[in-house]
Amino acid sequence: MTLLPETTQKKLGLAIDLDTCVGCHACEVACKEWNTGGYGAPLSDQDPYGEDPTGTWLNRVHTFEVKATPDRGASESGTPMSQLSQLVHFPKSCLHCDDAPCVTVCPTGASYKRSEDGIVLVNEDWCIGCGLCAWACPYGARELDADEGVMKKCTLCVDRIYNENIPEVDRVPACVRTCPAGARHFGDFNDPNSDVSKLTAARGGMDLMPEMGTKPVNQYLPPRPKHDIDLIQLAKPELTEPTADGGLLGWLDKALEKLG
Amino acid sequence: MHPAPSIIIFTTLSGAGFGLLGLLFLGIGPFACPAFLWVSAILGFGMAIGGLLASTFHLGHPERAWRALTQWRSSWLSREGVLAVLTLAAGGIYAIFLLFGGVAVSQLGTIAALLSIATVYSTAMIYAQMKTVPHWNSALTPAMFLASALSTGLLALTFVASFAGPVPAAMVVISIVLVILAWGLNLAMWRRNAETGLSGVGSSPETATGLGALGRVRLLEAPHSSPNYLMREMVYKVGRKHAQKLRRLALLVGGALPLVLLLLAGTGFAEPFWLLLAFATHLAGILIGRWLFFAEAEHAVSLYYGHR
Repeated sequence: MTLLPETTQKKLGLAIDLDTCVGCHACEVACKEWNTGGYGAPLSDQDPYGEDPTGTWLNRVHTFEVKATPDRGASESGTPMSQLSQLVHFPKSCLHCDDAPCVTVCPTGASYKRSEDGIVLVNEDWCIGCGLCAWACPYGARELDADEGVMKKCTLCVDRIYNENIPEVDRVPACVRTCPAGARHFGDFNDPNSDVSKLTAARGGMDLMPEMGTKPVNQYLPPRPKHDIDLIQLAKPELTEPTADGGLLGWLDKALEKLG
Repeated sequence: MHPAPSIIIFTTLSGAGFGLLGLLFLGIGPFACPAFLWVSAILGFGMAIGGLLASTFHLGHPERAWRALTQWRSSWLSREGVLAVLTLAAGGIYAIFLLFGGVAVSQLGTIAALLSIATVYSTAMIYAQMKTVPHWNSALTPAMFLASALSTGLLALTFVASFAGPVPAAMVVISIVLVILAWGLNLAMWRRNAETGLSGVGSSPETATGLGALGRVRLLEAPHSSPNYLMREMVYKVGRKHAQKLRRLALLVGGALPLVLLLLAGTGFAEPFWLLLAFATHLAGILIGRWLFFAEAEHAVSLYYGHR
């Protein structure tokens, strides 16, 4: 049913920390590895080892440069504006929106949002591969699989998070489990005491493209302005000569100094 | 947006078909002439059904297309499918009575005509509902689709009407008015497109990434070294390069030329020939316009791929 639920009991989703993401792309690979063998059709690749490889991915990491302008991101320490810029790695997957436009446009009922946990899923046996849901999504979260002709998207690893056949520690999405920087957090945004709710409140989590009216569940935690850190100052201790002050080493140091 | 031929053919051809059928169901044309009735019914149903079949060519699973009739409560694409089936059913019964019984059931005809209009409207709403494509997200989209369906439909009907002898001057005059209206609405869309777009609704790489507070955002590394589905489908840019030339071509072929041909037909000399050419050129121009409708449209996802 492509009508959206009025409310959902849980709001499962991800809090993605743009401050800690190192842009290693491990989440993409873990996602593809799990989901190509899990729920639904495999995530196919076309010409994977050839000249023009392409394929279906449910999670993609972009890298952006953010450059300060006179009115935005200005320095408090007087660093020249032209020098202020920083690199932000930006993982992007389905945001499991509350007002998911991809669901309501679906003509077949293949796309749906679950009322129990808010996860947006595709019933691949009903999908006709018209691609309209991918057009309706402002985030590029849905990709039509070229081999299967059905729409693929992030399932929030629905076949992991409730899976009692795997150790409890693994019952989180594959991207979260694999992230070496701890930049991805999974939880229930409906529960104000969950880790993701607390993180979002503490770090000023934000919606992507709020003007599109999608009310995304996934939250992005903004990076701290790194460009204001004085790298030379940070590196100072390494640049000064090491000296030993007392004891045997101190005596030896001084004795050797005297020898010239 | 990627201008898929199947979708361009679907929207123009089934638009022309439902436009023609809608006018026929209202009893417009020389109903005493059997050749007119047969040819217009075959042409109308042919274009409408042909267009609908073309729309299934881009599907990943056309064999499941029937499922698209189920979600009319929320989906414009589903509504379009349901209305098309209802129109063809009501219109089909009307046509059977007309062609085999010689009776025009006007009440049924009126219902079928209203359904034809509703079908074209819902086709347009598939695109007009897209907040992600601000160029489409306006009332101009259904207005342009409806005007184009009626103009191409009436030009086809007027051509077929000429089989029964000289066409009434009113049909030619209304054809001229509709051709002007169709291009007027296309011009209005082009003007609006120049002024709105993603920046017009406040979307930018800064809102897409949420990083605007830190400064100006620029894509440094795309996620992959080669293009993906999203880029092929929604970050299509080739169309914009030749947009101005194609607009002029569309206006010339689809607007100026049919107007001259309609005036020539008005002289009464070799009327069917001029009218056939007027229909063909107008349809060709509308096809070019529809190609631009897709190719020029900017999608929000392009903001993640270096578009501003």
